[in-house]
Amino acid sequence: MSTKARSLFDSTIVIPALGDSVKKLNPVVMIKNPVMFVTMVGAAVTTVEIFVSPEPKAFTVQISIWLWFTVLFANFAEAMAEGRGKAQANALRQSRTKTVAKLFRNGDVPEEVEASILRKGDIILVAAGQIIASDGEVIEGAATVDESAITGESAPVIREAGGDRSSVTGGTRVLSDEIKIRVSADPGHSFLDRMIGLVEGAKRQKTPNEIALTILLAALTVIFLIVCVTLLPYGIYSGVVFSITVLVALLVCLIPTTIGGLLSAIGIAGIDRLVQKNVLAMSGRAVEAAGDVDVLLLDKTGTITLGNRQAVEFFPAPGIAPNDLFDAAQLASLADETPEGRSIVVLAKQKGMRGRSLQDLPNATFVAFTAQTRMSGVDLETVQYRKGAAESVKKYVGRDFPAPVDAKIDEISKLGGTPLVVAARHSANSETAPTVYGVIYLKDIVKGGLVDRFARFRAMGIRTVMITGDNPLTARAIAREAGVDDFLAQATPEDKLALIRKEQEGGRLVAMTGDGTNDAPALAQSDVGVAMNTGTQAAKEAGNMVDLDSNPTKLIEIVEIGKQLLMTRGALTTFSIANDVAKYFAIIPAMLMVKFPAMSPLNVMHLVSPNSAILSAVIFNALIIILLIPLALRGVQFKPMPAMALLRRNLLIYGVGGVIAPFFGIKFIDMIITSVHLI
Amino acid sequence: MNATLGWTQLALYLGLLILITKPLGLYLLQVLDANGRTWLDPILKPLERLTYRLGGVDPGKEQHWKHYTISMLIFSLITMLVTYVILRMQAILPLQHLFNPQGFPAVPDHLSFNTAMSFTTNTNWQSYSGESTMSYFSQMVALASQNFFSAAVGIAIAAALVRGIARDSMQTIGNFWVDLVRITYYLLLPICLVYAIFLVSQGMIQNFKPYDAAALTEKETIQVQKTDASGNPVKDAKGNPVMVPQVVDTQSIPEGPMASQMAIKMLGTNGGGYTNANASHPFENPTPFSNFIQMLSIFSIGSALTYYLGRMVKNPGHGWSVWAAMTFLFLTGFFVCWHYETVGNPILTQLGVDPADGNMEGKEVRFGITNSALFATITTDASCGAVNCMHDSLTPLGGLVPLFNIELGEVVFGGVGAGLYGMLVFVITAVFIAGLMVGRTPEYLGKKIQSFEVKMSMLVLLVLAMDILGFTAWACVSDWGKAGLNNNGPHGFSEMLYAYSSVTGNNGSAFAGLTASTYWYDTTLAVGMFIGRFLMIIPIMAIAGSLAAKKLVPPGPGSFPVSGGTFTLLLIGTVLLVGALNFLPALTLGPVVEHFLMWSGKLF
Repeated sequence: MSTKARSLFDSTIVIPALGDSVKKLNPVVMIKNPVMFVTMVGAAVTTVEIFVSPEPKAFTVQISIWLWFTVLFANFAEAMAEGRGKAQANALRQSRTKTVAKLFRNGDVPEEVEASILRKGDIILVAAGQIIASDGEVIEGAATVDESAITGESAPVIREAGGDRSSVTGGTRVLSDEIKIRVSADPGHSFLDRMIGLVEGAKRQKTPNEIALTILLAALTVIFLIVCVTLLPYGIYSGVVFSITVLVALLVCLIPTTIGGLLSAIGIAGIDRLVQKNVLAMSGRAVEAAGDVDVLLLDKTGTITLGNRQAVEFFPAPGIAPNDLFDAAQLASLADETPEGRSIVVLAKQKGMRGRSLQDLPNATFVAFTAQTRMSGVDLETVQYRKGAAESVKKYVGRDFPAPVDAKIDEISKLGGTPLVVAARHSANSETAPTVYGVIYLKDIVKGGLVDRFARFRAMGIRTVMITGDNPLTARAIAREAGVDDFLAQATPEDKLALIRKEQEGGRLVAMTGDGTNDAPALAQSDVGVAMNTGTQAAKEAGNMVDLDSNPTKLIEIVEIGKQLLMTRGALTTFSIANDVAKYFAIIPAMLMVKFPAMSPLNVMHLVSPNSAILSAVIFNALIIILLIPLALRGVQFKPMPAMALLRRNLLIYGVGGVIAPFFGIKFIDMIITSVHLI
Repeated sequence: MNATLGWTQLALYLGLLILITKPLGLYLLQVLDANGRTWLDPILKPLERLTYRLGGVDPGKEQHWKHYTISMLIFSLITMLVTYVILRMQAILPLQHLFNPQGFPAVPDHLSFNTAMSFTTNTNWQSYSGESTMSYFSQMVALASQNFFSAAVGIAIAAALVRGIARDSMQTIGNFWVDLVRITYYLLLPICLVYAIFLVSQGMIQNFKPYDAAALTEKETIQVQKTDASGNPVKDAKGNPVMVPQVVDTQSIPEGPMASQMAIKMLGTNGGGYTNANASHPFENPTPFSNFIQMLSIFSIGSALTYYLGRMVKNPGHGWSVWAAMTFLFLTGFFVCWHYETVGNPILTQLGVDPADGNMEGKEVRFGITNSALFATITTDASCGAVNCMHDSLTPLGGLVPLFNIELGEVVFGGVGAGLYGMLVFVITAVFIAGLMVGRTPEYLGKKIQSFEVKMSMLVLLVLAMDILGFTAWACVSDWGKAGLNNNGPHGFSEMLYAYSSVTGNNGSAFAGLTASTYWYDTTLAVGMFIGRFLMIIPIMAIAGSLAAKKLVPPGPGSFPVSGGTFTLLLIGTVLLVGALNFLPALTLGPVVEHFLMWSGKLF
């Protein structure tokens, strides 16, 4: 997918949107937006009025035209937002059209079928050079996959059965090897389909805040309807005849058409902005929740620190020759394929150990790292080597733990490093106490620019919590260096889940990222759970967003997009309501000045005639929608700052500005339409 | 009164108001807490306990918002019926010589209905003259009791709403009966006891004597309708009534238990006068000092409730911000009214009236321009409705201020309790509209504002607009509506608009040119009062219940700030934009047009 921001008025989007604006006039669709529905009814009424109204025909015709434009402009805004989302979705969709899949129906021989008939649970075979027909999970084999179609990242990635890299996305291409995949989505329910649904207005469900806002706007519409309808009898009493055209014009100007017309465009554009960042949201609700997040749970590795830790030094325990430690460390790490493990082997080699490979130790049993033992190593015939976190090795060693080693561990931890302790048991007998060989110093490198970023979040009231498997001392040092507010050390998936629950009980919303299957419960529990695209199917299903780039730092941008969406909504609502003041000053004197010429001082804008005043207000009301489309689609400018400062700034721009701007706008339009004799 | 004196008095008024806000607010914290302690406990606690035992109330048991509301509605219905029955039976109740020395007949049915509704809803709209309609018993038992009860109900509702905001995940919002009893016993009765004695000290009457008669020093001849032997008016050949001269040489001086009723009339923002002239009558408002204290007492509880709010939600700054928004709106209104009353009527100036006097029409000369403008602003900011000048005779824009104040929803300190809960609806609306601008879904003091709260808040605003604009629209094009008008043109329109605004806002003051004691007016105005009181309270209680059940999120730097100058300005803006814009067209056709026409030489 292209990650380039589209030009706002890309002709491939604008032209279809023009057509869609007219199609959206369908009353069944319009009624979902009460404000614009009333506007449309008003437009229809004035159209009839052209033939029956006592007002000058030229006036009624123009009012009617501009009221229709008001509706069309609002539809256009929505169509534009949808168009931009669709354009991105289509780029994804193209890659999947006419894909053929090899489906195991019965027996071992796959048959070729159309991708569209695949169902959840089906098993398919994908060989090198073929496109993966549907989202799924690798159940057999491993392959390199080109995911550039969805992530834009050209380097191929490994996808393999088991572990945390088992999920594949439909539309990506297998480059080497062959994998068996269990299909995880019915046609029409893949990530892509859900995302397309989100940006298409018809299928889009309103978010809770949108519903509440729609209620407010509908209620304001009803109130202004009462205001305008009661003006008719008031006029009769006062001996002034208000034409239906003028009352409709007043009504449309007063009801919040600006926000009413742009509301759904703002929502769609928010999701669209996420998609531009290569994040797929599963619901509009999730995007809204992102703005509300109070606590960010950030995994240390990859989010706060650069990739992985590197071994930088060995510290032998008292009585242990340095070379023995190097040797033990290397042996214990031989089978450890993690970058940390490899860096230990490399460091040992630099210290003069000869390079060894697994083949050199035919009788060795390698012990893999597990979340429970938190140690890895190797069992030779007479000696067992282990390396692991200090706490786990202490448990392994028992009581007899050398104090200088303990001191070293503390020292490294305080420096923000990760101490790994190496130990060995010189007997197959588990009764023999293991000997501590020494400490490996693993160093974390904190990403640049995070301190500032976290400080800004703090100013906005968002707390950042670093999640790490490290011991508390290490965690504290890194937390301090990165500037996070808190940390959860030696975290197990259960700890993470418990922390989320605790925060939520306090009424706070929690966001987190995760990729492993063991992250799934926490992802599901969190309010905004961003699964990495490289992660397992379980993780992706548990979260409510997927980051195609698998970049955990993006959580921060997601929160910013959520906030920007909410701010845009609030800013335009405020602006819309504030506009009414000027419209009153244009229309009310115009309605009364013929009967009561003494009221002319109220015509503060010195509009030329009553009809030009009313028409100018209606035109302003319509044009402001078009003028604000870019703002609705891009979102208002967002800078993290405390709520008080944000409120002050936005109230000044959109509240005070909203009161003042239309005075100039209406005056300007009045000058133009009267100078070209439109009225 | 010259301007310096006016400014001094305003400063004194504001200073004293600030001064009593905190102590009274602290006292309210105790009164509105079922387990609160006051220094009156030794005397009142046994009485309070006895009341609960007699009423079968378990003071330890709190109510869900629906039960609270239903209890309130039942209580209001019963007290309204009692009031109605007393008014209908005032001529046949025992001890007539003591309680009805003037021998007033039963109050007519539509007037009794209107009055019972009026006093139950804390409106105190009066389609009658007290001194020529109500027996002492009716004044004391039917009307004065209702003054206490309706005030207590208003404060109870406000307390329930504030509890709803302050509580964390709770189903209950207090016990209506406990609130009612405690507010009446600990707050209203003790203050009124002292207050009434003060009023008597200023010269207000408090007795059961029959009315006195005073011999006039200047006899006056008036024209009255001639009646035949059976009391029917005699008409001439053309059908016009025959008028005969009558010499008036005595004036009837009303007596009665006035001070006991007038204390709660002001403190409870009821406003129903003992006499038709209300607080401009020398008995009802004997001295400038009594005038000043009465004005202060109108705002006192409303002002203290903002402090109560701040303390309850653990954000005193919020309470003061709301207070500041109210004060801003109060001062703005007063300055406009004061200005236009001082400028006066240009047509009278042309006729040779000294413009330095300002507009003295309809004013009690003892009080003058400043005190009349101040009283008119205060009584309509609050839903009091007591008057010390005739609002109908204010200049068009001077009169626009009371009208506008009422249409804002009387949220400027407002009716006791009602002002606060009305203002909180605007707070919720403000927070909802502007709250998004800090990049979070709207929250008020740690409570999310969602569809339900928005729905209920908007219902309140909708009811306000519909009740006022709808009834006015009906009246202004119907014969019964126009028949009651004393003035035509925009001023007549203002009279109708004012009447329906006043009943909807439960204010009770009037542009008194309107003759409202007719069947249609009595009935529509009573319905207007009912809608304006209960149809607003129910959605507000729903908000209280909904907020109480919500989880309370502790505030942080990212929370929407509800204290400080920015919030105060936002609140003022919301009240003006969302609340007042709805009435601008109607106000334009009334006072605004009248203003411009007056300055071009036309009166109505």
